[in-house]
Amino acid sequence: MNKEDDSMPKILAFLCNWCSYAGADLAGTSRIKYPPSIMPLRVMCSSRVDPLFIIKAYLGGADGVLVAGCHPGDCHYEKGNYYTRRRFAMLKKIFDELGLESDRLLLSWVSASEGHKYANVARDFTEKIKKSGKNPAKKKIFL
Amino acid sequence: MTKALILNESTEQGILDFLKNLLETRQVRGILTLKKINKNNDVAYSIITDVKELNDAVPFYPLMPVNAGKLLSRFTFRGGPSDPIIAVVKPCELRGFVELIKREQGCFDNLFIISFTCGGVFPQQMSVEKTVEKNLNKYWDSVKKAEISDNIRPACKGCEEFIPYNSDFTVDLIGRNDLDKQSIILINNEKGAELTKNMKGKFSEESLNKEKLEKFRNKREIEKKKLFKEIDEKIKDIDGLIDVFGRCIGCHGCMRVCPICYCNLCEFESSDSEYKPSNYESDLKKRGGIRVPPGTVYYHLGRLSHIGISCVACGLCEDVCPVDIPISIIFKKIGESVQKVFDYIPGKNIDEDIPLMTFEKEELLEFED
Repeated sequence: MNKEDDSMPKILAFLCNWCSYAGADLAGTSRIKYPPSIMPLRVMCSSRVDPLFIIKAYLGGADGVLVAGCHPGDCHYEKGNYYTRRRFAMLKKIFDELGLESDRLLLSWVSASEGHKYANVARDFTEKIKKSGKNPAKKKIFL
Repeated sequence: MTKALILNESTEQGILDFLKNLLETRQVRGILTLKKINKNNDVAYSIITDVKELNDAVPFYPLMPVNAGKLLSRFTFRGGPSDPIIAVVKPCELRGFVELIKREQGCFDNLFIISFTCGGVFPQQMSVEKTVEKNLNKYWDSVKKAEISDNIRPACKGCEEFIPYNSDFTVDLIGRNDLDKQSIILINNEKGAELTKNMKGKFSEESLNKEKLEKFRNKREIEKKKLFKEIDEKIKDIDGLIDVFGRCIGCHGCMRVCPICYCNLCEFESSDSEYKPSNYESDLKKRGGIRVPPGTVYYHLGRLSHIGISCVACGLCEDVCPVDIPISIIFKKIGESVQKVFDYIPGKNIDEDIPLMTFEKEELLEFED
């Protein structure tokens, strides 16, 4: 990623080891193009993502935070992603209530065979974040 | 209608005699209640086993020095006491206890609970300023009239959950004009009936005055909406958050008194959250400066995400805040909105799972991509 390119948002992506990370890998090996805005962070399961991680990323200046895991029912640990969904719903609600932009948070299901879907999610989310502009928390001092 | 024990004396005296009887007949070994600890009318929770000590007990005193739910949890997290204990606690304290039980931090074994329709409590600051006694008459007057008392804490002013859940006995206080003349102790379950079966006094069928309590709830709801609106006006975006939490001195008192925050080592006090010199360096490269100590908004948002689902709005966090951040109303507001997503009232039903520890296979589709 070109460091000078300020228009490209920074999106932190928590990818589950078993599905979404493999999906992202497939997108790469299949040479599908998607914007270089995503910074992947592998976790063993999407339910490993404590809401704190997302809050920290947001306050740290990430323009968007993506959490991706196996499709419901396909979790490697059987039910991890169901918990993720509940936590994510809770966090989005907290963001909404406090007037923070919950649109900057995205939960998506990407399986290991869905390289195309991963690229699409990355593309669409990047477009959406570009429209909302920079994260206002980025330059705040008194956090 | 439920079975009730009627005693022909003031409610305050009635409950003391009730407790005294249980202690003397050795049906319980101890009583957890608020008790005056000196002539200055300072009160503290105590577990009393000696009848003599009961004289200074003030079960319905409108102060909450700590959340008794947390105390009960500390007392029962390895299993109930060896001999029965009876506790007089406020509805929100009981709800806090139930939330802790759901987290395997306590149990109801060998424990009896008396609770009451609660008119709210004064800020702890009033106890420091010695102004509680002055306001007591006025307080009880408004309780009798089912009105919101002056000077009570903001969280109490907007509290709609003043009727206890899960108590063995309920004492009705709100809207009872006859508080000085008779005491009515509702017996809510078999456990309570068993305990009181040999007790002297009149038994009859009674119930809470639903209509009066509903009117009272409406008054509280109006007050709550007012409080919520103030918060809404203050916190509209990240700047609002910084504005409200900016004066936080990071004492973490709110976390320490919170009945839901039970972790022995809080994430925010662990070395994980510690700011290392390298963190300062990297932050300073990114921003035009950095607040020290850093992480204030992070701490409060983080705590919201951890305990918001179970917040019982007891109001202690705001009570202990040295810089008067309206934290209890913020947590109550955000907590209620999150609880609404899962249709959950914390501490209401002990058999209901905490929403974040259970799931449905088909739900919340609107939150997915």
